Amino acid sequence: MSDTTTTTEAPDTTTAAKPKLKTSAMIASFADPGQKTSSAPFGHALVKAAQENHKIVGLTADLGKYTDMHIFAKAFPERFFQMGMAEQLLFGAAAGLAETGLVPFASTYSVFAARRAYDFLCLDAAEPNLNVNIVGGLPGLTTGYGPSHQATEDMAIFRGMPNLTIVDPCDSIDIEQAVPQLAASEGPTYLRLLRGNVPTVLDEYDYAFELGKAKVLRGGNDVVFISSGLMTMRALQAAKALAAHRVDVAVVHTPTIKPFDAETVLAEINTDRLAVTLENHSVVGGLFETVASAVVSAGVGKRVVPVALPDQFLDAGALPTLHDRYGLAVDRIVAKVLAELG
Amino acid sequence: MVLSQKTETDTTEQAPANAGETPTERLQWVSAAAYRIRHHALNMGEVQGQGYVGQALGAADMLATVYGDQLRFKAEDPHWELRDRFLLSTGHYAIGHYAALAGAGIVPVEELQTYGSDDSRLPMSGMSTYTPGMEISGGSLGHGLTIAVGMALGLRYQGSSARVFNFLSDGELDEGSTWEAAMGAHHHQLGNLTAMVDINALQADGKTDTVLRTEPVTEKWKSFGWYTQRVDGNDVGALLAAFDNAAAQAAAVGRPSIILCDTKVGRGVPLLENREKAHFMRIEEHEWQTCREQLTAGYEGKTAR
Repeated sequence: MSDTTTTTEAPDTTTAAKPKLKTSAMIASFADPGQKTSSAPFGHALVKAAQENHKIVGLTADLGKYTDMHIFAKAFPERFFQMGMAEQLLFGAAAGLAETGLVPFASTYSVFAARRAYDFLCLDAAEPNLNVNIVGGLPGLTTGYGPSHQATEDMAIFRGMPNLTIVDPCDSIDIEQAVPQLAASEGPTYLRLLRGNVPTVLDEYDYAFELGKAKVLRGGNDVVFISSGLMTMRALQAAKALAAHRVDVAVVHTPTIKPFDAETVLAEINTDRLAVTLENHSVVGGLFETVASAVVSAGVGKRVVPVALPDQFLDAGALPTLHDRYGLAVDRIVAKVLAELG
Repeated sequence: MVLSQKTETDTTEQAPANAGETPTERLQWVSAAAYRIRHHALNMGEVQGQGYVGQALGAADMLATVYGDQLRFKAEDPHWELRDRFLLSTGHYAIGHYAALAGAGIVPVEELQTYGSDDSRLPMSGMSTYTPGMEISGGSLGHGLTIAVGMALGLRYQGSSARVFNFLSDGELDEGSTWEAAMGAHHHQLGNLTAMVDINALQADGKTDTVLRTEPVTEKWKSFGWYTQRVDGNDVGALLAAFDNAAAQAAAVGRPSIILCDTKVGRGVPLLENREKAHFMRIEEHEWQTCREQLTAGYEGKTAR
């Protein structure tokens, strides 16, 4: 189940080998061909929330179009503040806006929010526990542009920040339902944004996003997947594929990484089933280690297998190539589970 | 842009109401406030045994001008919605700021002796979560002006005419974020934002021009589109004039203003003025009383003239 929607095949000029895929535009879509999608769900959800909550304002650092903030800017020009390519100003100013009682949503790429403006988020927004909502585009491996744009360790960086709520949504449903809850929650939040044409996946399940809660999307007797972000989509696809191998897989979606719903997750892990975490993030400091620390703290003697990005700077290239190379593709997940089950 | 001006229902709490009618009375009022700030700072330094006394003495006239003459606030209600905001981004100047807050009646004078002690509301580095009247948590330098930009945007959007003051040190001009904010304030025409820079020409590792040269600062701020003034920051008359100029051109939409204040570390206490300049000044136990006596003699000598 490889996704090739946004890539084009290179002409085969040198050898008879398999044609090489080309890196797509900055933000590659990870939607499968023919998959149901929703356009700019974050932008539309923010507009809707802002119609009801007059305190909501939007900011960006020269990435409005690339974080779907432009939808909000167009709907509420007087409530939108362009801060320029200045991320320290972006988040310092967001804190200042929150100090006056407003509820800012400030967008940039995850790499810049996490790596470049951490001090400002930490001291100006998180320490006074202000309602500053960070919206980070290109979380994990969602671009083929290489380490400058791949926020493979954003959750690892942000998990250490006291007061910060971290949300890793799966699809358009998650994003639409998360936005008003982020606005309503008191302290600072970080949303791992999926933008553009975002897959709609969770409408097929009895599911509603609830901040701070993990949800069991499907049951299964042999394997339990604990997943977040776009990897929940892959987990559901892999579960279907594994059914053909007579492997029965449960999927638990935990879109809130912090505070973590250890109770729900541990209840699912503490069984005889093979436990696998799946995340669009480095194996260091993300979902796997969140789960691992919950397991150890609870004294559960249970092996957990991570599906995650390796602890290294990743290659540039076409997203399907990279997802396959680093083990996030459905085929790779299926193979890993089958190998684990022996 | 929504710029409906909220009607100011309460104008009785204007700080200058205390400041006297004539220019001479104003000058005397602010000078007396500055003297009290210096006196409080020496007392706090003595109890603590150390501290950023040199900076507090140097910046006392700036703080006295702001709190004694310019700032709109209610001492009994530090969160009063219509208050002007004073943002201390140099957290280590808290000793001077606490003294100013005490002078303004926001913090009880007797509480100043807890400065830097365990469980005190007055930590060594200023934090909004600890102290009434402390708007932000400074200390990580170069943050204040970025927050000030957001506050000024937020207040303007909500129709408030409150002004935002940001106190910076010249060391903070090393930080790139200060210049991000300088551009942002000008771009968004934040005419109710006034920054003041304490140029004491001293940083942690030595004189500013040996650490990272920031001059020519006047030209820099002018070129960033700010209404720029440079004054002797230990001359109360010059400070009052500069702040009056800034107030006169303050507007919801307009140029942000900056007052560059050249100050002297340890000002008002000759023993410290002439000591080798250091970011963190050591004062021996027996010297504190001498410092106070010199301060009072200087102040009384000046006012007697």
